[in-house]
Amino acid sequence: MTAIVNIFLKEGVLDPQGKAIHHALDAMNFEGVEDVRMGKQIVLKLSSDNREDAQKEVEKMAEEILANTVIEDYTIELV
Amino acid sequence: MKNIAVLQFPGTNCDLDTQYAFEKLGCNTTIVWHKESKLPENTDLVVIPGGFSYGDYLRSGAIAKFSPIMEAVIDYANQGGKVLGICNGFQILTEVGLLPGALKRNIGLHFISRFQTLKVVNNNNDFLQKCQKDEVLNIPIAHADGNYYIDEEGYRELEKNDQILVRYCDQAGELVVVNGSVTSIAGICNRDKNVFGLMPHPERALEHILGSDDGVKMLEGLIA
Repeated sequence: MTAIVNIFLKEGVLDPQGKAIHHALDAMNFEGVEDVRMGKQIVLKLSSDNREDAQKEVEKMAEEILANTVIEDYTIELV
Repeated sequence: MKNIAVLQFPGTNCDLDTQYAFEKLGCNTTIVWHKESKLPENTDLVVIPGGFSYGDYLRSGAIAKFSPIMEAVIDYANQGGKVLGICNGFQILTEVGLLPGALKRNIGLHFISRFQTLKVVNNNNDFLQKCQKDEVLNIPIAHADGNYYIDEEGYRELEKNDQILVRYCDQAGELVVVNGSVTSIAGICNRDKNVFGLMPHPERALEHILGSDDGVKMLEGLIA
């Protein structure tokens, strides 16, 4: 099973990299972009095929190291 | 004579500067490799120096927090031992939770390396006891992730408990935006005032001929 962890700065926490990308898109005359948030994606290949166990384990990883929950939120997708 | 433990992680690059600084101030220093599980006996101060521990992979300071030595540092701090984190050391201290908040990418995304004036906000702590309140210090900064973030409730706690140490300012002492930090914060301490973290590098400001010796009175406070 593969776990995909997406990590983004929390709503309300200014994202300087997202903002810089937004500026660049504006400068290139791309229109209609209202907001840009930049995050990171961590893909984990797991030996387990039990979804419930995998979800719990990856949540623990996200809380303890993958994300800094002071400033970041995360989502977990199992595929 | 005070005994200073200077931690060294893979990627730390200010360990020798920090050692030089404290030896110049008359201390014994020991470089402690991150795989050690104990601090040297009779340690009077632990310094986590600047650099790029683990190449800043994942987040600055994120991987260093699981090094064996950090457990010893957390115990030491919880027993009232003094800990100073400079730059990457500050990032590590927020990652392990010894200091509140977090350090994000600079608002302009640039790595900023230059002398920067700082305003002393609170001096009722060991670190800044030899500085005057509102005094303007000239200290080098060198970081990409120095944009200090804390939520509103956390910020109120910092203010209430005099935990804000220094803020970025101009030469007249007016606050300036350097990296996007909440209210231009450059350094803080914990509520018990035994754990200190700042982005600027006092260990690089020891000799007037090299630009500034304002770092001396900062570091001297910790070994007084």
